[in-house]
Amino acid sequence: MNKVVLDADEAISSIKDGDVLMLGGFGLCGIPENCIAALVKKGIRDLTCISNNAGVDDFGIGLLLKKKQVRKMISSYVGENAEFERQLLTGELEVELIPQGTLATRCLAAGYGMPAIYTPAGTGTEVAEQKERRSFNGKEYLLEYAFEADYALVKAWKGDTDGNLIYRETARNFNPLMAMAGQVTVAEVEQLVPAGELDPDSIHTPGIYVRKIFQGQNYEKRIEQRTVRKAK
Amino acid sequence: MPLTKEQIAQRIAKELKDGYYVNLGIGIPTLVANYIPSGIKVVLQSENGLLGIGPFPEEGMEDPDLINAGKQTVTTIPGSAFFDSAMSFGMIRAGRVDLTVLGAMEVSDRGDIANWKIPGKMVKGMGGAMDLVASAKNIIVAMMHTNPKGESKLLSHCTLPLTGTRCVKKIVTDIAVLDITESGFKLLERAPGVSTDEIRAKTEGNLIIEGDIPEMKF
Repeated sequence: MNKVVLDADEAISSIKDGDVLMLGGFGLCGIPENCIAALVKKGIRDLTCISNNAGVDDFGIGLLLKKKQVRKMISSYVGENAEFERQLLTGELEVELIPQGTLATRCLAAGYGMPAIYTPAGTGTEVAEQKERRSFNGKEYLLEYAFEADYALVKAWKGDTDGNLIYRETARNFNPLMAMAGQVTVAEVEQLVPAGELDPDSIHTPGIYVRKIFQGQNYEKRIEQRTVRKAK
Repeated sequence: MPLTKEQIAQRIAKELKDGYYVNLGIGIPTLVANYIPSGIKVVLQSENGLLGIGPFPEEGMEDPDLINAGKQTVTTIPGSAFFDSAMSFGMIRAGRVDLTVLGAMEVSDRGDIANWKIPGKMVKGMGGAMDLVASAKNIIVAMMHTNPKGESKLLSHCTLPLTGTRCVKKIVTDIAVLDITESGFKLLERAPGVSTDEIRAKTEGNLIIEGDIPEMKF
């Protein structure tokens, strides 16, 4: 078993034009910074990106958008990105907006080997258009399909050489779901340790889901909305 | 006098009970956290995967891994827990969250809500709002009674694209507290010095006024 690769360039080397990628993170919190930088460097195009958000103009998925490498975004909220707005209005970029819980649960379904789920989110709204509906106990639900993604790119706090992952605080968000859902999962970690050093009771993503793992470099971990209170 | 946004939040905070798990939306709802009554424990849920949101950090203590659903840096309270986004919406969908407070652009007199999209304007997305309104058992809307043009936001039918249907239970605006009932908006309280006539004039949907309507108390 050898899952450890040298760096992000090696980790994404098999990703090609037109692939469907899942990218973990909420806002800029817990995003796979190194993999995004490597994708920008390699210049892979026509990507479909499944990610809760689309980054900001000069960071996160915004870096891929700026180079016009993204053909379609599947997200729940994309508000913080002017270049995104420009490409959307000119029709260069396709966007599918879906409720955040539906996004999470479509990842979960993929990771748990279930083809679809029923959720009440979006019933009675335009999200329900052209979707199969079904009532359970008098309440209406929508059929939503599991995502199919070629790759999941996730970011964890700690990982071991067998691919076991531990996330930190709210940087967990979509990462463990996507780690389970991609055909091939690439994990970048702040601290890579030998197998056996992480407490098995504390593992969030078991290594079975992770194909490639590497020690990330130079994490910026940018804060989107720095909010503080006055010191007492 | 119409209420300030802070006073709307303060009035909503009176609905909180000991042991409540509460999800607060962005805007006026966020301010409710500043008025949690003393002596009770309320746990705030953040849909990006946190139960037990604490105050904003002191300067220099910001942690990029610790944010709320508005992407603001936050802290945790003792007894907090982190989890992934599927579990977060699982607890919302399964009705474990006792109270959801949301802002809105429009609410109809049967409890429909529109708060995510304005045709012709850049659509940013619904985020978690559709999941919340489809499942929350108790939804309070915090909003101004009229829009900046002076038009009522309490309507017989929403004109904007819906976020959810028949889900809002209560509305607290700058001039009134109203319940959504089978027959429409039922006026419960009015802002100090605001007349029922003014509330009637600013409410386009069906409004029920029974007996004397007390002024809000703080």
